[in-house]
Amino acid sequence: MKPDTTQPLTLAQTWWLLTTGLAAFVPLVPQVPIWLAALTAAVFVWRAALAWWRQPLPNRWILVLVTLAGTAGVFLQYRTLFGQRAGVALLLIFLALKQLEARTPRDGIAIVFLAYFLTLTQFFEDQSIPIAATMLATLVVATAALAALTDARTSPLPLLRRAGVMLLQAVPFMLILFVLFPRVNGPLWGLPTDAYSGLTGLSDSMTPGSINNLIQSDAIAFRVKFDGDVPPRNQMYWRGPVLTQLDERTWRPGKMIRVSALPYTPDTSSPAYRYTVTLEPHNKPWLFALELPTHLPPDSFTTTDFQLYAKKPVRERRRYEMESRIRSRHDPETLNQLASALNLPQQLNARTHSLGQSFATPGSSDRQRLQQAIDFMRKQQLIYTLQPPLMSANVADEFLFDHKRGFCEHFSASFVILMRAASVPARVVTGYQGGELNPVDNTWVIRQSDAHAWAEVWIEQQGWVRVDPTATSAPARIEQNLAAAVPAGDPLPFLSGAGLDWLREMRFRWWAVNNAWNQWILGYDPKLQRELLEKIGMQSPDWRQMTAWLAGLCGTALLILTAAMLWRRPPTDPALRQWQRFCRRLARHGLARHNWEGPDDYAQRLAAALPAKAPEISRIADLYAGLRYGRLDPVALEALRRHVAAFKP
Amino acid sequence: MLLALRRSLNEQFIRWALRVRPPEPTPIHLTQRRVYVLPTRAGVLYAVSLLTMLIGAINYNLSLGYVLVFLLGGLGITTILHTFRNLAGLTLNIGTPKPVFAGDVAHFPVILHNSDHRTRSLLYLRLPEQAAIIADLPPTDHTRVMLPLPAAQRGWLILPRITLDTVWPLGLVRAWSYAAPGCECLIYPRPADAVPPAPTFGGMAGGRLASDTGDEDFAGLRRHQPSDPPHHVAWKAAARQDSHAPLQTKQFAGTAAQSLWFDWATLPLSMDAETRLSILTRWVLDAESDGLAWGLRLPGKEITQGHGPDHVHRCLKALALHEA
Repeated sequence: MKPDTTQPLTLAQTWWLLTTGLAAFVPLVPQVPIWLAALTAAVFVWRAALAWWRQPLPNRWILVLVTLAGTAGVFLQYRTLFGQRAGVALLLIFLALKQLEARTPRDGIAIVFLAYFLTLTQFFEDQSIPIAATMLATLVVATAALAALTDARTSPLPLLRRAGVMLLQAVPFMLILFVLFPRVNGPLWGLPTDAYSGLTGLSDSMTPGSINNLIQSDAIAFRVKFDGDVPPRNQMYWRGPVLTQLDERTWRPGKMIRVSALPYTPDTSSPAYRYTVTLEPHNKPWLFALELPTHLPPDSFTTTDFQLYAKKPVRERRRYEMESRIRSRHDPETLNQLASALNLPQQLNARTHSLGQSFATPGSSDRQRLQQAIDFMRKQQLIYTLQPPLMSANVADEFLFDHKRGFCEHFSASFVILMRAASVPARVVTGYQGGELNPVDNTWVIRQSDAHAWAEVWIEQQGWVRVDPTATSAPARIEQNLAAAVPAGDPLPFLSGAGLDWLREMRFRWWAVNNAWNQWILGYDPKLQRELLEKIGMQSPDWRQMTAWLAGLCGTALLILTAAMLWRRPPTDPALRQWQRFCRRLARHGLARHNWEGPDDYAQRLAAALPAKAPEISRIADLYAGLRYGRLDPVALEALRRHVAAFKP
Repeated sequence: MLLALRRSLNEQFIRWALRVRPPEPTPIHLTQRRVYVLPTRAGVLYAVSLLTMLIGAINYNLSLGYVLVFLLGGLGITTILHTFRNLAGLTLNIGTPKPVFAGDVAHFPVILHNSDHRTRSLLYLRLPEQAAIIADLPPTDHTRVMLPLPAAQRGWLILPRITLDTVWPLGLVRAWSYAAPGCECLIYPRPADAVPPAPTFGGMAGGRLASDTGDEDFAGLRRHQPSDPPHHVAWKAAARQDSHAPLQTKQFAGTAAQSLWFDWATLPLSMDAETRLSILTRWVLDAESDGLAWGLRLPGKEITQGHGPDHVHRCLKALALHEA
């Protein structure tokens, strides 16, 4: 008794399935290995060729071979078949091979569902607005294909329109569900180890070149919206990992000591800045804030070297409100910590060592030594460049004395080595510097290309003091931006370049839209959901209340849609309305009017069936015929109404 | 056992679903209350896929994943309405089926009326254990479909309950309804293949040949019968007589000489009733195709001599409904 889904696919249906497969496959191309994209494309071309020349499908054992080869390829690529990326790759192979195996609409349905599923997997890598638009296009095509599998005779355009209309009607339900479906803080269970491999950001170590790689990326690190005063750009140091330990060329964090209270006292006389940070996921625990925050954001802790840590790696967009003061008073550090801020590998950077030691004349203060180092670096005429020459293990020596060209890593690392050699405790601080103001929504956008490294030195009585050696040599980097600091001719990340004004304007608008998208669509988490629902009048929203609202609103939407779809225009002619009332009444007595019967014929038949009522029936029929086909006389209409109302068969 | 239980439950449901005791008066309006909706196998698979995707979206915290799943969920809801609307509100009328011979296929004409301003597509009409007939209905129009039903036995073939269903537009849900209009198709007995010669003419071949040439062989006049062909009326004779005199029919050799009576009683007693009816049916058909006039005698019933389509129908109906 089920509709037949076992008859062979028509040619049109085959083309629909190919298009659906293609619509699901193309957005995935950037995130699968090239060989897999090529294999999938080849299978699609093969299927298309078979359809074009009306050739039969290949033997099953060929498909088995291709499947095995593809699976082996996936295993070689990812060393597993079960990770997130391997899973996507396998699904893609199945989607392609199912095309070569689909013989009936039932197989076709499997392809469409697989396409729906693959649409979801592209969000692992990207959830931007263009990807959302791609998703809609894929959905329309796949749904039209589903309609084509049921109804093979309709031509493509009506099918696409039907799919579009149905998806439009689905939008209210989507909105209600999106807002009210109780959100939980995922994940529900452990994710595959490669789940967050696509995220970029500052790492917990620094070797020459590591920030340089990062800086080529235009990806957004975080956004900041100030509430009230905005600090000057050259004071916007967004503090990240603090690196104290130097192993040969690599800087690593020192021993992490968690503290529950802030290890410093904010200076209440310096200006306070209030702002909200929206941090992009970067799969590392650190949070970024202006130096130095006056409180901790929720679910975070701090350390003795003033780092902000989230309790878990930041794997989804995170919003937090902060307040910072530029100046703070530090409590005395333990000797232990100061000692680790003086450690140096002895055998490297001999020239820098001896230079530093030369500053450490007995009796000179830390402040004097610091000034000497700054003066020295200024005198060396160091050049800030994104393309520093290759250096050996003696990075500081080669940078300060030989090439004199380097990047912020070289500046900060060499400076810290110099200070340590002069027996002044010093450490490298990484993070971001500056940012770009989007005038459209007044948001500061901090990109990976704003990544920066600077230094902190310990001055007796004053505590840790920020010194940015880059600023002393290339002040433009701090005062303006990267583009201004780098010598002309050096390659720049695309968006940092000076562009045309209108282009800039467009970009700002686009970023503002993106920001709203990120904040409200992608950043819609349990917290935001609670805030929003409280704002629209739900008291203490919990999942029970949300489910109740959800059911109520979905039910209402369903009722409205049902009413709109099933509502039939009532006749506008008042005489016709009365006549139909009369006919309905008789239909209940088994004397329904046939479609072909006019009022006279019907009245004659009725009179024969109900002789006692014959005069009344013929009166009603005459009145109706006169009103309907003659002049619409209000008196006659009223008479008809009265007669019909009084009529009892 | 289980199958029997299932079948009986299904039957119970259908009886409840019909809401009226069959046969229903026509036209039958498929009101919203008698149209039922359930997901198809593909629909269940769709729901399971969506659930999997939802878990994926929660687990990986994919906001766009939520958007996708909820949009597809909404699509699932709207497709229920579309499928339901494709069937609900349909009006069904039944025509008079043409009689057929036992062993042939009877066709019941069903007229579907669409009073809505949109097309209804891919409606499946089926009779129990028969293949479905597909119908499409343009806006505010009607269409006629013929429901085939094999006729096994002579007599009245009662139109069984009609199931109307549709999975349009996406095949994810199925809307269906039942209609049990009262309609019967007359089934003539199956004409026998091998027949003994008809009683009053010497042989099949002889009788037919005689009629082929017999029109020229004038053999006299007899009293006119209404079923006689007009060109056999003796118009000249009528003109000579006064206007109240009965018309005369010219009799020709080959037809007129024999008085054809197909009589139940002349068939051997060893034959069973159905075989006799079959043979009589064959004789009737052969006589008509040979252009002969004949009469039929059945136990308790006699049909006077005549010919022509109406006469054939009268005779075959008597044979079809004969109570052995």
